[in-house]
Amino acid sequence: MSMFQKTKTARYSSCRSCAVTSRTPYSTVPSEKTFDKILIANRGEIACRVIKTCKKMGIQTVAVHSDVDSNAVHVKMADEAVCVGPAPTSKSYLNMDAIMDAIRLTGAQAVHPGYGFLSENKDFAKRLAAVGVTFIGPDTHAIQAMGDKIESKLIAKAAKVNTIPGFDGVVKTAEDAVKIAQQIGYPVMIKASAGGGGKGMRIAWNDEETREGFRFSSQEAASSFGDDRLLIEKYIDNPRHIEIQVLADKHGNVLWLNERECSIQRRNQKVVEEAPSMFLDADTRRVMGEQAVQLAKAVKYSSAGTVEFLVDSKKNFYFLEMNTRLQVEHPVTECITGLDLVEQMIRIAKGYQLQQKQEDIPINGWAIESRVYAEDPFKSFGLPSIGRLSQYQEPLKLSHVRVDSGIEEGSDINIYYDPMISKLVTYGATRAEALARMEDALDNYVIRGVTHNIPLLREIITHPRFVSGDISTNFLPEVYPEGFKGHHLDEDRCRELLASAAALHVTSQLYSHKILGTQRVSSAPMDQNNWELCVELGQELHDIEISKSGNSYIVKVDGGQVEVCGDWNLASPLLPLTINGTCRMLQCLSKESSGNIVLQYMGTLFKVRVLSKLTAKLNSYMPEKVSEDTSSILRSPMPGTVVAMSVKPGDTVADGQEICVIEAMKMQNSLTAVKQAKVKSVHCQPGETVGEGDLLVELE
Amino acid sequence: MAAFGLARNSCGLINGLRVSYRSLVQVKYGAKSACLLQTNIQSDCRWYSVSHLSVKERIEKKRKAAQMGGGQKRIDAQHQRGKLTARERVELLLDPESFVETDMFVEHRCSDFGMEQDANKFPGDSVVTGRGRINGRLVYVFSQDFTVFGGSLSGAHAQKICKIMDQALTVGAPVIGLNDSGGARIQEGVESLAGYADIFLVHPSDLPHHGSLCILTHLMLCLQDTSYLFITGPDVVKSVTNEDVTQEELGGAKTHTAVSGVAHRAFENDVEALLYLRDFFNFLPLSNQDPAPIRECQDPSDRLVKSLDTVVPFESTKAYDMLDIIHAVLDEGDFFEIMPTYAKNIVVGFARMNGRTVGIVGNQPKVASGCLDINSSVKGARFVRFCDAFNIPIITFVDVPGFLPGTAQEYGGIIRHGAKLLFAFAEATVPKITIITRKAYGGAYDVMSSKHLRGDMNYAWPTAEVAVMGAKGAVQIIFRGKENQAEAEAEYVEKFANPFPAAVRGFVDDIIEPATTRKRICRDLEVLASKKQVNPWKKHANIPL
Repeated sequence: MSMFQKTKTARYSSCRSCAVTSRTPYSTVPSEKTFDKILIANRGEIACRVIKTCKKMGIQTVAVHSDVDSNAVHVKMADEAVCVGPAPTSKSYLNMDAIMDAIRLTGAQAVHPGYGFLSENKDFAKRLAAVGVTFIGPDTHAIQAMGDKIESKLIAKAAKVNTIPGFDGVVKTAEDAVKIAQQIGYPVMIKASAGGGGKGMRIAWNDEETREGFRFSSQEAASSFGDDRLLIEKYIDNPRHIEIQVLADKHGNVLWLNERECSIQRRNQKVVEEAPSMFLDADTRRVMGEQAVQLAKAVKYSSAGTVEFLVDSKKNFYFLEMNTRLQVEHPVTECITGLDLVEQMIRIAKGYQLQQKQEDIPINGWAIESRVYAEDPFKSFGLPSIGRLSQYQEPLKLSHVRVDSGIEEGSDINIYYDPMISKLVTYGATRAEALARMEDALDNYVIRGVTHNIPLLREIITHPRFVSGDISTNFLPEVYPEGFKGHHLDEDRCRELLASAAALHVTSQLYSHKILGTQRVSSAPMDQNNWELCVELGQELHDIEISKSGNSYIVKVDGGQVEVCGDWNLASPLLPLTINGTCRMLQCLSKESSGNIVLQYMGTLFKVRVLSKLTAKLNSYMPEKVSEDTSSILRSPMPGTVVAMSVKPGDTVADGQEICVIEAMKMQNSLTAVKQAKVKSVHCQPGETVGEGDLLVELE
Repeated sequence: MAAFGLARNSCGLINGLRVSYRSLVQVKYGAKSACLLQTNIQSDCRWYSVSHLSVKERIEKKRKAAQMGGGQKRIDAQHQRGKLTARERVELLLDPESFVETDMFVEHRCSDFGMEQDANKFPGDSVVTGRGRINGRLVYVFSQDFTVFGGSLSGAHAQKICKIMDQALTVGAPVIGLNDSGGARIQEGVESLAGYADIFLVHPSDLPHHGSLCILTHLMLCLQDTSYLFITGPDVVKSVTNEDVTQEELGGAKTHTAVSGVAHRAFENDVEALLYLRDFFNFLPLSNQDPAPIRECQDPSDRLVKSLDTVVPFESTKAYDMLDIIHAVLDEGDFFEIMPTYAKNIVVGFARMNGRTVGIVGNQPKVASGCLDINSSVKGARFVRFCDAFNIPIITFVDVPGFLPGTAQEYGGIIRHGAKLLFAFAEATVPKITIITRKAYGGAYDVMSSKHLRGDMNYAWPTAEVAVMGAKGAVQIIFRGKENQAEAEAEYVEKFANPFPAAVRGFVDDIIEPATTRKRICRDLEVLASKKQVNPWKKHANIPL
């Protein structure tokens, strides 16, 4: 048993490390004495990320994990691992007692908290300090000062940092919230005081939405942070989210490591980030950087931190908040500056001075990060999805690609934790280069077993508005007002897809004839070279003539001609084709005997059905399948836990009335009725775990 | 060993019972030919009196008529019901232009109830027969024509079918029957029943009455919503037993694939069924004289399947999907599951490993913990015997907590039915490879292609637990009424809930890393291809039916 464990770890680390070594080596200072052993109080990709740097620096690592994570990648990568409790985060990754025990047990000298969980928890930092263990992050007073959204703005104001107008205080009840909102003037933003990122953050445009926002945000705040205080402030329309990375040592030296543009968000959570920003000029950048440094100095900040700003169309910028931790999107900064932020954090925590001066901080090229999530982008730009990664292949064969992930083939994405699969980072000398590489990387990324957001990511990075840099935090709702619908194929692309599907079908038909060995009853050879097919895409049927010569097919479709070449390996999930001379990476997700083929093309999944002309003709006699009436049944759009059920059988619900609330990945989602009707039956109870597509409520 | 009785048929695919069938057929053929002579004379006379056509023209006319079956009106009606005609089905099933038809000019010979009139004669009668190719491979086909007297079975119809079956036997090729028939042709009375007897001697296992697709005798596919099979219809049921039941409930596709286990798989419609059938056909040898076919394979045989390392959950009580393992190991994840909706606690089906057809048997922990009960035992047993009969190696994935206890199972004869699976695995002489993924408890472990049943290669994953029973149950018996049950349980787990007890005794050949499973199986199959094992001679084995 243990033998397997070891070999696995060894093989794993060797293949993983190549991802890091393939890129610009970070500056390691070998002579410096550092910690012997660090405990990483986190999971997933960030735990793996920290362990990588520790390995590079020759530091022993300790992973903590919940019981369901005992086989997780970060556990395998670490030198030691300690289980700190059952799956729910409050009982494991937020369980300070268990983590303190783990520190004692393993003799770790320092703790890296990653992001989320305990990373901005001042009590945790205090408890570590009490037992003489170093917290790799800022001092407690900085965490406290910046962790409180209200206090942080006062401090920012005092430090001469631009702040948002209409700033206000803690909110107790829904009516208070409405009053405050009215004073500030709509729209307002409501969020948890203790929370970072977009969690617990809602935007209200009127009194009703304020009340609703108050209810959700306070509940979420309570469940995620154990602190239900809220904050309401003026909401800036059409803003960009640009943040400055700062790095400060314990000797009063503070550097700003340029900005990150994180405007592409959905539900206030970042999706695509880049560094630098196309929007900033050198002067604005410098002023923002200097203000960030002023703020860091004002709170005697040490370690890596991020000062977030909202920037309006006139390049006015307002302080939003300071995150006193390593950010999810730190890799883009690392790519353009060449610094290893985790290494710097460890050095700083050990008490070393920064080696760089402000003028040493470069902007080398361009880096873009896509957050690859296990979620369905077709449902409000991403509702969580769960499952087992039955097949998983990162696009590491491509150059200038960095993938930070904490999962591998066979890993489970479950409802307990953040559904992030990985951070896919590409970089290049110019933005165009980085973008082109991102396109390739997304096309080469194989993820099976869970629904993922690659279709959306690929659409974003190729959208003309994004390419030209015309973005704001409202990008997604503005570009897709009707919701995301996947890639829209133009005529040429459509032809290419049809031709590829037809060629794949013919290849697999020919393959069926390839029985090896001598047979007692001889087979009739396949001597056909031309086929007439009919391909169904959406509601439309397309007649196709296809002929084969060698590895290439000439396909006549919809009045055009397409030439498709390829290796045609039917066992591989990737299908690299040359279509009319252009290299295209397609993916084949499934291919059934019935002629149904699911292809990923331009990032989006397309379902086609390829039939011979005769079969298609006969198929037209087949009765159509009647689909179920979805207006009178409510199914769970995602896996999660039912937190509230607002109706019971016999109730009458109005169109738009809330029926129940499902919590998944710490987000509460209200499900509403789409018509006025009487409730026929209720199939779940609060507290129950439901899967995607499970029947919740039936209406009459 | 002798107790298992292992006589295996040495005949062709369809013709297990061919020998006894022959003697009966001859007698009946005699009776039929007499009848045939009479009707021919009658109709010939009439032809001469009305026809101004040359022989060549008459041939053309007959051929055209045969192509139209029961006529355009009936063809349209068939289409409106969402069904294809007999000829369309054949065309779809076979490679383009490969169909060679026989007996296109055969007509029925009945003269009662006005059947002798010209209007009631259809060249070819109510069945289309012949041979053709599927992916280049030879196959004989008959397809019942619902447009002619509702596809009912006449003496001539039966004779046509028997003819191609005889031919198939002589060359050693399979027969596929596409059934769409209302039953016996009542006008013909006893003669049509005799026809049934002829066919059922070859097709002993099913009574196709209406709208079913019946292949190979050995496997039956059917259609959702349009296939019905029953011994007697709802009306007769009502009058005899006073039971109210719909056609669908009594003998619909759902009933036969999920409840009765009569049909092996259901499809949405004709087109889908025939397309699947084409692909499925490629898995099978043409006859039991042939080895399992090998197709060119693009999936590397030494591919490591990393996802298998984590597929078995951390808690041994938690379920997982055995299909995840099966799909991950196979060539291109291509698995043709048999009876997917019946006795779901066992998974059976066909696949390829490095191009070679294999049969897969696996306990399904997701359903009823993967236990063996009456239905799953019978389902597994029939599949194993199918594989053995057609030289298809068997790969067994084991995660079985035991036989399902209880009065329902005991009264139903679980001992007898469980023995069928044991018998089937024991008598099978094809290569047998077994992988224990987790639980292998008690008698059920023995049954699941264990080393004790002549398994060729038996592997255990590190998560395997080969034991008499689960720790809790065992401790309750060993330490009945004693304190410290928890401690004893922990000791039991330490001792038995791992692969070592079996490995030290040689009951498993190796403990393997799950990721290497595919590589191991492919390598073993290569070696076992030349396996030769002969069971002691006997007239036939005596499986506990």
